[in-house]
Amino acid sequence: MRKKASVLVSALLVGALVMTGCGTKAPSTPAPGSTGSSSSGDVIKIGVFEPMTGANAAGGALEVEGIKLANKLYPEVLGKKVELVLVDNKSDKVEAASAASRLVEKEKVSAIIGSWGSSLSMAAGDIVKTAQVPTVAASATNPLVTKNNDFYFRVCFIDPFQGKVMANYAFNKLNAKKVAIVQEVSSDYSIGLAKFFTDSFKQLTGDENAIVGVSNYNTGDQDFSAQLTNLKAKNPDVIFAPGNFTESSLLIKQARQLGIKAPIIGGDTWETPEFIDIGKDAVEGAVFSTFFTSEKPITPESEKFLAEYRKEYSGKEPAAVTALGYDAYIVILDAIKRANSADSVKIKEQLATTKNFAGAAGMITLDENGDAVKDAVIKQVKNGKFAFMDIVKAK
Amino acid sequence: MMNLNAVFQYFTNGMDLGTFLQHLTNGISLGSLYALVAIGYTMVYGTLRLINFAHGDVFMMTTYFAFYGVSTFMLPWYVSFILAVILTGALGMLLEKGAYRPLRNAPKISIMISAIGASFLLENLAVVLFGGRPKAFPSVKVLTDSVQFGSVSIQKLTFVIPIVTIIFLFGLLYLLNHTKTGMAMRAVAKDYETAGIMGVNVNLTISQTFAIGSMLAAVGGIMWGLKFPQIAPLMGVMPGLKAFIAAVIGGIGNIKGAVIGGFILGIGEIMIVAFLPSLSGYRDAFAFVFLIVILLFKPTGITGEKIAEKV
Amino acid sequence: MKQKKTLLTVITIFVLFALVYLADQTLDPYKMRILNLCAIYVVLGLSMNLINGFTGLFSLGHAGFMAVGAYTTAILTMPDVVKGQNFFMAPMMKPLDTAHVPFFLALLISGILAGVVGYLIGAPALRLRGDYLAIATLGFAEIIRVVFTNMQSVTNGALGLKGIPVSANIWWTFGVALVTVLVIGSLINSSYGRAFKAIREDEIAAESMGINLFKHKVLAFTIGAFFAGIGGGLLGSLLGTIDPLMFRFFLTFNVLLIIILGGMGSITGTIISAFIITIGGELLRFLDESMTIGNLVIPGISGMRMVVFSALLMIVVLFFNRGIMGTKELSWDSFFNKFSKKPLAKGGNKQ
Repeated sequence: MRKKASVLVSALLVGALVMTGCGTKAPSTPAPGSTGSSSSGDVIKIGVFEPMTGANAAGGALEVEGIKLANKLYPEVLGKKVELVLVDNKSDKVEAASAASRLVEKEKVSAIIGSWGSSLSMAAGDIVKTAQVPTVAASATNPLVTKNNDFYFRVCFIDPFQGKVMANYAFNKLNAKKVAIVQEVSSDYSIGLAKFFTDSFKQLTGDENAIVGVSNYNTGDQDFSAQLTNLKAKNPDVIFAPGNFTESSLLIKQARQLGIKAPIIGGDTWETPEFIDIGKDAVEGAVFSTFFTSEKPITPESEKFLAEYRKEYSGKEPAAVTALGYDAYIVILDAIKRANSADSVKIKEQLATTKNFAGAAGMITLDENGDAVKDAVIKQVKNGKFAFMDIVKAK
Repeated sequence: MMNLNAVFQYFTNGMDLGTFLQHLTNGISLGSLYALVAIGYTMVYGTLRLINFAHGDVFMMTTYFAFYGVSTFMLPWYVSFILAVILTGALGMLLEKGAYRPLRNAPKISIMISAIGASFLLENLAVVLFGGRPKAFPSVKVLTDSVQFGSVSIQKLTFVIPIVTIIFLFGLLYLLNHTKTGMAMRAVAKDYETAGIMGVNVNLTISQTFAIGSMLAAVGGIMWGLKFPQIAPLMGVMPGLKAFIAAVIGGIGNIKGAVIGGFILGIGEIMIVAFLPSLSGYRDAFAFVFLIVILLFKPTGITGEKIAEKV
Repeated sequence: MKQKKTLLTVITIFVLFALVYLADQTLDPYKMRILNLCAIYVVLGLSMNLINGFTGLFSLGHAGFMAVGAYTTAILTMPDVVKGQNFFMAPMMKPLDTAHVPFFLALLISGILAGVVGYLIGAPALRLRGDYLAIATLGFAEIIRVVFTNMQSVTNGALGLKGIPVSANIWWTFGVALVTVLVIGSLINSSYGRAFKAIREDEIAAESMGINLFKHKVLAFTIGAFFAGIGGGLLGSLLGTIDPLMFRFFLTFNVLLIIILGGMGSITGTIISAFIITIGGELLRFLDESMTIGNLVIPGISGMRMVVFSALLMIVVLFFNRGIMGTKELSWDSFFNKFSKKPLAKGGNKQ
């Protein structure tokens, strides 16, 4: 037995070596004009690694819209054409690591954008760090993504700030004294936000018992009636329900059906058309924090982005993550320009010093962790649309 | 009433009667959905002794059929729903013919793998055909409004779904016990080789079983879509598993048992969260724990029809 | 003849490691990653094949065992500082926050823990048969995942663990794969292995021949879980980060696909198909890519690769029921037989 197996293992290894070895010689992608290396030739490659299938496909698609639009508006840098190489990470960690590795090694990209979903971004963390390829996440808000990783940046703010913004909103604007939390326990984003909200809110009210109830649900759940009925009995002033829009819209709908009148507030992931499509009247009045508003262009770049987006997608309004995808691209381009080189390490050095850069979703300054320090926007669902309410200044 | 409430709270660790009744209605509402899907599951199992892993995905396809009927073809909702049910019946027959019939005499493990494959194929096809982003299921105002009874708020669907479930339960029992087709189905379920020798058209009967089973899944899917108006390619996975668990609780192959099992599971799930709120994150695990406990201690389910081991 | 074959085996193992060395020297990290994944899937495939293919127990609980292994390896190898950074929501449970062992020991403990979990699950569940067993094991795997999601102070819950030392290089993965092949290979050819196969072919006949059904089933299940745990540990270490969502049923499906394509009950078949599926999956990326170029309707088309995978599974099951190798094996004997007309050596090799 051992004989057979070992002969086979080696035969396969030979085969695998040949197969993967051939891969280098053969043209790497069907895309025209690719030369296989970013630093030489007249093309600079930027990798885009996003979930195009699986559970996070919706978010990935929104970000890619923004990245592609940015690429269309700014197709060149340093006189060279910028080529986007899109790989699907399938909303799966193992795939995400392979996809990132493929971008780094096979496509030899100068920089990478991605990914929607912090856990997918973290799967790429070590790979881009070892390969020294700067990577900019558009909307990954988990603090762990950039921690201990000089090559990972992001153009969005992180959960602690967002949690604080919403706690402030609940306390100051809604005069809430008691808040109940419903969190998606299998989502890092949701539990992170819930935790930072809790900390800030307790601090604001000075009341250790300000959070009257916490209920959990799992990704993909559709029935929240038990959790909501429990919270209803606690009679909270406000319900904080950070989570993905898919579950959140159903959750809010069920809360209203159960006769819960308290305002329901949440985080940036809610800003998708499906949130309103599915929630309909029930989500009317839902308030959340996000990065960007199409109603109040913050910078000249925002206006440009808005005009072009509406032109490209015939009147559709962009989502915040789309603007962030756009920003991730132009921030990288800016760094390439300042570095005057397509060399990854030089780009990284310039990225780290990004200061007061005018992006579509606000001014971007990257702090020592590589996290963006920027203002938050508060929006509300009004008449079936996302309506601007307020801007909260960073720091 | 105050007194009653106080007594109640004493026994329920502070939960008031209104909240409890709300939980109970929630449980019944969820349970009747599980029951509806479980009937179809158990029927297919009863006939073929096959866990149709794709049942939940068939259910998902229905919601898309209904969705496109209303949104793309502008059909009135009832026409679209009926068409969706019929299409799903056809899909079920196709599934049986393509994925299960060729393996009828193969080892059981192969059929199960084929069922898992069919389930994944449907899911991935749905991603390609309909897109990965969720869509809003058409809402039917007359059914989805809520009615208020004191502090308890009940969606009209909560009354509709159990009624639909009971109607289908009795319809199916009539079909199985009082019609020729039903007799053929029971004969095939007992021993399809012998049934074939006795003149039953085995292929046709199994096809019919699948068609009916899938149509029941379709009705469940539509009710599910009305209650939880969000459809996505993977939406059928959990309901499919839960319905299977309900069928096992009730004694798989037993249609009345499936209904009882559905209610037990639905109410049980809600009550666990109601009385042990700190365990709400474990809700999905609860269903599986329940399944495993039933399988280990009462594998024939609570209604307990003994299935002899075929040697 | 026997000596000659052993010699050949030893030579092949040397050749294998020479090739590994060559690969290590010449290939870029992307290809190395794929090769590493191949080797890990060999471990996982073999461990599942031992349960499903050789013993005929249809278990769908692999993702659960892998989760146990992956978390154990991660927790036991992560430096204390990194642990502190990871657990910013709730502090890690003592004494785990300072627990630290070498990678090899961590892998071993992962395997043992997964084996223990396998035993605890198997002992009650293996009384069930066929599809009931399948659904019960699937349920156990889901329960493990849900528990890991909720145990904030041990697993960091949904936040996952980041910064797991990437100790799994190609020497580790291929080394472990080789050990797995050797161990499972000898097991299969021992009296235990024959008992497993007897149980697969006909439980009642096996029992009447005096085989202790329960003991052998639990043994196969526990050993399978042991190697699944080690495979999970390797996978976590290769990725450097894990979270509970990784261990959904989908992961079990991937491994199942490998053993079905390779042949339920064939070691060499499993090895071949682990390589085919892993490398093929990467090569098939063009299915997604070419569709997206110049086309903005991305999400609708990007799933093509997965459609191909699930269709492949259906086709194999429906038309090539036995997979690549069935229950046969590649061996020196069959190798020699191809090139000479000499009759099969004494005893043959037909299992």
